[in-house]
Amino acid sequence: MSIVTVQLGQCGNQIGHEVFNAICSDVHGTHGLCSKKENESYRDACKERFFCEEESGVPVARAVLVDMEPKVISQTLSMAARSGYWKYNDQSHFCQKQGSGNNWANGYSAHGPRHKEVIMNLVQKEAEKCDRLGGFFTIMSMAGGTGSGLGAFVTQCLRDAFPTSFILNHVIWPYGTGEVIVQNYNSVLTLSHLYQSSDALLVHENDVIHKICAQLMNIKQISFRDVNQVIAHQLGSVFQPTYTAESGLHYSRNPLGDLMETLVPHPEFKMLALRNIPQMPENSLAYSTFSWPGLIKHLRQMLIANAKMEEGIDWQVRPPPLGSSIPSSHLTNKPVHFNTSIANLVILRGKDTHSVDLGSFRDPSLYTSWLNPQDAFHAWKTPRAFNKYEKSASLVSNSQFLLKPLDNVVGKAWNMFASKAYIHQYTKFGIEEEDFLDSFTALEQVISSYTTL
Amino acid sequence: PVSLPFAVGQCGNQVGCRFWDLALREHAAVNKKGIYDEALSSFFRNVDTRSGGDGPDIYKGKICSLKARALLIDMEEGVVNEILQGPLRDVFDSKQLITDVSGSGNNWAVGHMLYGSQYRENIVEKLRKTAEHCDCLQCFFIIHSMGGGTGSGLGTFVLNLLEDEFPEVHRFVTSVYPSGEDDVITSPYNSVLAMKELNEHADCVLPIENESLFHIVNKIHQMISSGKLGSTVKQNSLVTSSAGSAKTAQEKPFDAMNNIVANLLLNLTSSARFEGSLNMDLNEISMNLVPFPRLHYLVSSLTPLYTLADVNVPSRRLDQMFSDAFSRDHQLIQADPKHSLYLACALLVRGNVQVSDLRRNIERLKPSLHFVSWNQEGWKTGLCSVPPVGHSHSLLALANNTCVKPTFIELKDRFMKLYKKKAHLHHYLHIDGMEQSCFSEAISSLSDLIEEYNELDATKGGPRTDPSRLKIAV
Repeated sequence: MSIVTVQLGQCGNQIGHEVFNAICSDVHGTHGLCSKKENESYRDACKERFFCEEESGVPVARAVLVDMEPKVISQTLSMAARSGYWKYNDQSHFCQKQGSGNNWANGYSAHGPRHKEVIMNLVQKEAEKCDRLGGFFTIMSMAGGTGSGLGAFVTQCLRDAFPTSFILNHVIWPYGTGEVIVQNYNSVLTLSHLYQSSDALLVHENDVIHKICAQLMNIKQISFRDVNQVIAHQLGSVFQPTYTAESGLHYSRNPLGDLMETLVPHPEFKMLALRNIPQMPENSLAYSTFSWPGLIKHLRQMLIANAKMEEGIDWQVRPPPLGSSIPSSHLTNKPVHFNTSIANLVILRGKDTHSVDLGSFRDPSLYTSWLNPQDAFHAWKTPRAFNKYEKSASLVSNSQFLLKPLDNVVGKAWNMFASKAYIHQYTKFGIEEEDFLDSFTALEQVISSYTTL
Repeated sequence: PVSLPFAVGQCGNQVGCRFWDLALREHAAVNKKGIYDEALSSFFRNVDTRSGGDGPDIYKGKICSLKARALLIDMEEGVVNEILQGPLRDVFDSKQLITDVSGSGNNWAVGHMLYGSQYRENIVEKLRKTAEHCDCLQCFFIIHSMGGGTGSGLGTFVLNLLEDEFPEVHRFVTSVYPSGEDDVITSPYNSVLAMKELNEHADCVLPIENESLFHIVNKIHQMISSGKLGSTVKQNSLVTSSAGSAKTAQEKPFDAMNNIVANLLLNLTSSARFEGSLNMDLNEISMNLVPFPRLHYLVSSLTPLYTLADVNVPSRRLDQMFSDAFSRDHQLIQADPKHSLYLACALLVRGNVQVSDLRRNIERLKPSLHFVSWNQEGWKTGLCSVPPVGHSHSLLALANNTCVKPTFIELKDRFMKLYKKKAHLHHYLHIDGMEQSCFSEAISSLSDLIEEYNELDATKGGPRTDPSRLKIAV
């Protein structure tokens, strides 16, 4: 089954480009560490998911590029074509000239309806090119105007036009100290609307990725390109082909469906976080060896202790003993925030994946009580190494990982809303105070649900 | 997206002239192949002049003949004639000019009421024609001074007109405010009358004070002549002077001062014209920096002001650029943002600067700045890859900050000094359409604005209680 990617706004288009780059370079790399046959299977599965063939032989990404200003799309298209390894379809993009002005209401209420037909036609064309449509993957930031506002509108349209397809929104959370002053308003409006039409939201926070670039990748002058490449690596580690328990001897053909089934048992809980280990500069890879037990141990503690990356993990945090509801630090005995999960998915790639012991992730004390432990945890594997990492493990988690960040965003937005600052910019386009209140209410509900896990 | 500048009055046109010169140079430096591209189209049309006169617009391909998208308006002919005889003569044609001969006599009422009504149709017609050639009109720029008659009066008339004819298009105004020693006696009247229009009809105003420009130009000359910079300094930095000739200290270096304002406009629009990792359009500027409709006065600063020979500047120097942007003597009005209250702040960086440089400096400078309680992280940022000509990087900071208040208070004081004695009022009142109420309404509008800033200032440093969140029934 194939996935149609919709890249929205500057961020969505810049990241989308890096994702296809990462996927393509992984497929063409010689570091697969597996048999030729395995490699071919992997490559074919990947191609089916993300690319279609053209007469020229250069794979064409199954993607629609949307932006309300022309510069980014034009750059993205030419950079992809220059690579020689893949490209975008020349027709599969739509842009305007004036941008959305960081105004969610402009993206949602003005641009959305105005350009709905053209955009949905492009999506329809891409969908029809797929032998079997596996769903939609949208990439957007929630801070600006196009990705966020138009993105929310397009997601709604996707849901209306494809009621039975899976929709996964990849949402970028901006740096806490402003990229955009009204980012918290735009975020609240985006998240509350996406929650209604999307199946799940897979989140990356700029602050977290920035730290990874600084502390793990040792990059001195970090650019957005660096940030986007780490994000692309993490996404690739989830979406490249794997064997699931059900798929048996073949690479799974329904990645989005599988993801939703394993991680989103209840529509009130759609926030997914992503962690990947190890992450290091490419030139250090040759000198590093990792053991699976070590990687799994770190990944599990990252989950439990709410760690953003594999450095600075708080090893004092332990899960509460079964039956008790108050987790405590082993040494100091004071309550420490323990990250309760609804469901987790671990994806292992590379050498010796067949022998990895994942028992520690099946520990029922990690999870809420409403799922059977065997339903709450899943593992996908492949012996084919990813992106030059001999061993690589990813965790996609539906847990309290995003609770505090969400609460922060809502808190700041509420604080600004109380003063009514900037509201006139939104009412100009038809988003009224009541619409804001509805969004706040919806998100407080999500916060409350995740808090009482 | 197209930005359409209107240069109104002597000051406006002199600044405008510098602006188009710099814009042409900036694009020439970037556009080596001579292809008419998206970036050029923001400010220029590409016209085929072989067919004689005004040919059709050419949207792609090689550059034929560039025509500035602009309207030049002046009620005297001197400045516009100079432009038409100078090196920019081919960049404009007669259809973009509206001139008269006798000037406005430093009288806002003459500019606004008399010439306004006289030239309204003419302006609308030319405006429509110019707008027709733009496939996406994003904003209007009015460049003018506040103290005279044409720029101030007719300029604000045009502002009103733009709102009537194209209500959706953003209106940015770059206004040069008179200083205390201004030689035009009635400049306080003209300025306050114009302020009312700016309050009500502008989306964003960038106030400029000649005093600040003068100090900045002097500072640059001092640094160059003192040799303090160590490495060789390029003389042809576009900030200082177009001709590269040094002006004597006695003459007011208006050319150099106008260059600064021209650079302001160039930098403001850079991210809309050129690519970058985090684009910042003009409509994003008004969205993020104007939390309440009337509080739309933005204090600007441009750094660094000189070029250095070594292009690979280590981070330390980069950080200095950020620090300078907040210092009192880099602001384009006499103001000290550091000791007043920020409502919002925008940083637009050009050149080889990455997001980590931006973040590091924001973290570093944040603690010394006061932000309003509901916008503690009120930063809007943009990264444009293309630096200005002659620099490896540059920074434009725009602040919505209560430090504009003293400028307005002084203006009000100077106005009241004249008004109490009814000095020169008769020159205004005998113009058709002018009444005493125009004056009282104008000063009232200014007083209200000052009061809004006062209220905000009162919150500075006060206790911070965040409003309680919505409670959800579980």
